[in-house]
Amino acid sequence: MEKIGIIASPGIAIAKAFVYEKVEAVVIKKQINDIDAEVEKLKIAIKKSKKELEAIYEKAKIDLGEEDASIFQAHVLILNDPEFVDAMISEIRNSVVNAEFAVKSITDNFYTMFAAMEDPYFAARSADIRDVGTRVLNNVMGIENLDLSSFSENTIIIAKDLAPSDTAQMDKAHVVGFATNIGSRTSHTAIMARSLEIPAVLGLSDILETTKTGEMVIVDGIEGKVIVKPTEDELKAYTAKQVKYLDYVATLSQLKDLPAETTDGHRIEICGNIGSPNDLEGVHKNGGEGVGLYRTEFLYMNSDSMPDEEKQFEAYKKVIESFGERSVIIRTLDIGGDKKLPYLPLKEEMNPFLGFRAIRLCFREKEMFKTQLRAILRASVFGKARIMFPMISSVMEVRQAKAIVQECMAQLDAEGIVYDQNIEIGVMIEIPSAAITSDIIVKEVDFFSIGTNDLCQYTLAVDRMNQEVSYLYNPLNPAILRLVKMVIDASHTHPDKFTGMCGEMAGDPSATLILLGLGLDEFSMSASAIPQVKKMIRSVSFKQAQDIANTALKLETGEAVAEMVKTKISDLGIKIV
Amino acid sequence: MVSQEVIVTNPTGLHGRPASILVTTASKFKSDIDIIKDGSHFNAKSIMSVMGSAVAQGYTIGIQADGVDEEQAVETLVTLIKNEFK
Repeated sequence: MEKIGIIASPGIAIAKAFVYEKVEAVVIKKQINDIDAEVEKLKIAIKKSKKELEAIYEKAKIDLGEEDASIFQAHVLILNDPEFVDAMISEIRNSVVNAEFAVKSITDNFYTMFAAMEDPYFAARSADIRDVGTRVLNNVMGIENLDLSSFSENTIIIAKDLAPSDTAQMDKAHVVGFATNIGSRTSHTAIMARSLEIPAVLGLSDILETTKTGEMVIVDGIEGKVIVKPTEDELKAYTAKQVKYLDYVATLSQLKDLPAETTDGHRIEICGNIGSPNDLEGVHKNGGEGVGLYRTEFLYMNSDSMPDEEKQFEAYKKVIESFGERSVIIRTLDIGGDKKLPYLPLKEEMNPFLGFRAIRLCFREKEMFKTQLRAILRASVFGKARIMFPMISSVMEVRQAKAIVQECMAQLDAEGIVYDQNIEIGVMIEIPSAAITSDIIVKEVDFFSIGTNDLCQYTLAVDRMNQEVSYLYNPLNPAILRLVKMVIDASHTHPDKFTGMCGEMAGDPSATLILLGLGLDEFSMSASAIPQVKKMIRSVSFKQAQDIANTALKLETGEAVAEMVKTKISDLGIKIV
Repeated sequence: MVSQEVIVTNPTGLHGRPASILVTTASKFKSDIDIIKDGSHFNAKSIMSVMGSAVAQGYTIGIQADGVDEEQAVETLVTLIKNEFK
């Protein structure tokens, strides 16, 4: 049985399926006769839940580190909570009801109470309470708590979708692929798969319902197919395909130390996107020449309180030092929209993606912004740092942000602290108004970096997470190509200025030749995409790429552009997997 | 019964890790321990009660203990809060 889905991460996986389906327990209220027996039943279930959680915590500590594992410690704490447990016992005793009903009603009460809190930190804790309640409930009812934390052999996870809480405790040594009902290239499951470098095919609509645990499954992250219960012939063919793919990956790795240069000597820069110093290894391993996007929001999101200047300085210094003379572009805090900080309460918004986020928020939280800028400036003496502002919609904001950088520089001067006086400042181009006025903005900056994910979302008015409309999300749409060209051309009116790209499009080999031909100077992408894009660039002349870009600009639809590029790539004899 | 007032100065108040540390520490004592905020009592040994108190930075709260080790309990918790849970 074969199913077609969205490719989220490349490669071929062949292994047994583990169907990760969360069963919703049906709880019926019953009057009981033996109160003590019911209380005992509850106590046994709680004890069992505690044991499970402690085991998960110990394992997570080894696999993920103390910080990420602390969530499970919090779960144990909830189970140890006398108010929570006593409320369940009192419910059994006072209402003379069955244990499962008591667990459910008390969990629901606490859940509702926390979910209704205005503070987003507490509201988020409601999910922990529900997780713990569900675990106890399952143990009372004898439903197995599905657990991804320990497999004895290689396994492909089949699920509706995977949440961070699912993948946090996952056995990363044995999970070799994902296949899910829903999801897109930018969903959590996809990002997780790419960072683990395992194949994933998503958006398969009913893979969960049609697969059983233990059945053989093939995930083909090259063609976007999943085969359940393959035939002998299919198994043979895919085993061969897997070997071929691994060979291909091995040849790509030989490109590691070669420059990203066309056959006629046009040189571009190829860099990695990172979220923390932990990602540096991947960028170096894959031959990244620098960092084109350092997403500093993770430093804030993985912290219980606002990271101070020292903590930020240490992180930035580590990244900047590791690249020596090569550039590290640090994006200032991009929070808001779907990214929240537990210690910075923000109002719920009707349209968070059009709302109070990123640079807009930094202007109001000026001290927070200055702390970050000071940390970046101090770290800038250890290599070549560049500062980049996100969510710029007009030149006014660039001027305002630069004035704050000036303030920080003046303070550091007064304190006698050194920094790179010539540090370059640039902006993300991810709002159509900024792209259209890039000829104005360029006068204020040293570089642009095009953020294609948001630029597509805003230009095409498509929520890329919304399955109903995600088919409209196409970076090769003529509107996007024209904006990209406009931005590159604006930067090239100044000899020393340049345009980079740090969105998904930069790492998509089917877009590489067009971007190269349009004159993009720097490509920045997730580390695993670097070798393939480098290979594309090294396979053509700049002239050939320019011809392809010019042809693309004349086409009327994104689909026609995609078709044309596919033909050109095959005519040129370039193999992409 | 012993009680003492203290100002919560750490930036996150009784959120996340500080709340966990407070509850874990309180649970080591035999006495009943309450946090008092604006006249309301919250069980210091209950993570949900402590979080439900929604104590933010800058609040003055009371720590009240009743039992065999009440003095030591109040002293330990007040010091913990004053040291910002470090």
